Amino acid sequence: MELCDLSALELSRLLRRREVSAQEILDSTLERIRAVDGRPGTLEPGEALPEDARRIHAFISFTEDQARAQAQAVDRQLAAGEDPGLLAGIPFTVKDIFCVRGTYSTAASRILANFRAPYTATPVERMLAAGGLMIGKVNLDEFTYGSSNESSAFQPSPRNPWNLDRVPGGSSGGSAASVAAGEAALSLGTDTAGSIRQPAAFCGVVGMKPTYGRVSRYGLIAFASSLDCPGPLARTVADAALMLRVIAGPDEHDGTAALVEVPDYLAELERGVRGLRIGLSPDYFRITAPNPDGSLNEEPIAPEIERAVLDAARRLREMGAEIIEDVPMPNTRYGIPAYFVISRVEAASNLHRYDGAKYGYRTPDPVDDLHAMYRRSRAQGFGLQPKLRILMGMYVSAAQYSAQYYRRALRVRTLIRRDFDRIFDPSGPYRLNALLTPTTPTTAFGMGAVYGDSVLMQYADQLTVPSNHAGIPGVSLPAGFDAAGLPIGIQLLGPDFSEADLLRIGRAYELATAGEPWRAARPAIFDAAR
Amino acid sequence: MTETIPPDVFAHLVGLAALELSAAEAEYLRQQLNNQLKAIHELAAIPLDETVPVTSHGVPYTPEISPPPRADEWRPYPNPEEILEQAPLVDDGYVVVPEIPHTDLE
Repeated sequence: MELCDLSALELSRLLRRREVSAQEILDSTLERIRAVDGRPGTLEPGEALPEDARRIHAFISFTEDQARAQAQAVDRQLAAGEDPGLLAGIPFTVKDIFCVRGTYSTAASRILANFRAPYTATPVERMLAAGGLMIGKVNLDEFTYGSSNESSAFQPSPRNPWNLDRVPGGSSGGSAASVAAGEAALSLGTDTAGSIRQPAAFCGVVGMKPTYGRVSRYGLIAFASSLDCPGPLARTVADAALMLRVIAGPDEHDGTAALVEVPDYLAELERGVRGLRIGLSPDYFRITAPNPDGSLNEEPIAPEIERAVLDAARRLREMGAEIIEDVPMPNTRYGIPAYFVISRVEAASNLHRYDGAKYGYRTPDPVDDLHAMYRRSRAQGFGLQPKLRILMGMYVSAAQYSAQYYRRALRVRTLIRRDFDRIFDPSGPYRLNALLTPTTPTTAFGMGAVYGDSVLMQYADQLTVPSNHAGIPGVSLPAGFDAAGLPIGIQLLGPDFSEADLLRIGRAYELATAGEPWRAARPAIFDAAR
Repeated sequence: MTETIPPDVFAHLVGLAALELSAAEAEYLRQQLNNQLKAIHELAAIPLDETVPVTSHGVPYTPEISPPPRADEWRPYPNPEEILEQAPLVDDGYVVVPEIPHTDLE
């Protein structure tokens, strides 16, 4: 066990007792990155190298000098008896969808590969102000459009630290992989349909999508503005709580950052689950599986995943929670179809700004006029997935189809929200504090197994996307492994701004499983990198 | 019964999206769009009575939690050259682009 394997809270304690320095933590982290990460993603990867398949490739770019300066500042502050901040000396990575002043902020796309952000996103700014050590920017699906990271323009794309032939999930795949492999204690990701929780589940870490409006989106390169949520990935629930405390809260730069007080999530964490009402819904144990011809099958979720959820329910009941079964969530299955419409319309709108004129990629080809320059720059700058999203967004929002698709999808979104309102209503029939579900329909799939089939890929988000439509918070927790040794994730969903309760339940589950042998398992990358 | 996007509508969309595609890209993207439309078509079967409103944000933004609009104040960016440096082609503080198509008014 190296320093870089310790949790953020443990590191913080050691640092404050002056048993380690921030620079030692940084050194340990950089050494781990050198051992496991391999070459960073690049636009010109050339031929695949044999060692590529044995490395994580979480990163696109590094900010080592900045981290070193920050570590020195933290050490000086500690020596002077000053408070260096809640995240002092804690290494973190940032999904490369956030602007950070002076860094290339690429969205994993060729069209932004040369873009150096002139300002810093609010959540990153807050982590830096709290003394955190930003190690670098990590890979993702291009513009976050995917669930595997394979669509990144920066290759090699990240691999799953538990099994290097599997994807890390996405779109915050670099975030989840970097945290799982000890390349950072924390990572800042984003979740539009499950992009924090699904990779967290695939990589065996904790990932939280906060309530929409809990964390500012200022400086986040937009995908679907009514759904995008920045949030933490960490190895423990307490670390996620610590990070959320730092990044959450109102922001004058984001009119959707809600005026809701930020609780001390850590202080609430150990209160246990006695008296809390936690629901189980059959609608989250059935999954929709698309066939190659586009038709859809309904089937039960894999028994191993179902068992992990039911085992968690049993443990929480033993700790004093009340488990309410058969909670109906009848509109769950419409989450993906509605998302196909809403997210594409918003994406097409957000992607129109990339035109080759003011920043980003411009075609070097000679062109006749401005419109030809737009078309050629966008054709060369965007990969297939952004093109697909733009085209779908244009189609379903066209005047003649808008009522049939876009307006209808927004009304279906109301039904999805009502499902949650009903079960969380304190004077309703269920009065739940949380709904306990699987995070994903499967564990991590193989590299190349799904990529290219945009419908199948989208259905990876079917159990996470309803909460994005509803705006409510959700957290994915590691819950053991399947027979292939791949991590299983379980999910807790709660009412608006109930992050403290979700983290508290997550912490109780962590304590209840602390002695399980799977808690001691180490990712395969540590053997592969020897 | 699900409709599909025929090649002429697809070509129109490509133009609206300010894209140009190779034949192989167009073939792949049109097929994926049509597969996605099949999935989306599930929405058509949902009984929706006329009273169901649209939801544009899941979280209701009540006045208590909605930040007031910012004061309409001019706050100059301290270093505009830094932003202009991002532009692919600049001349004396102006962003340079190819010929802008126009029609002379009679």
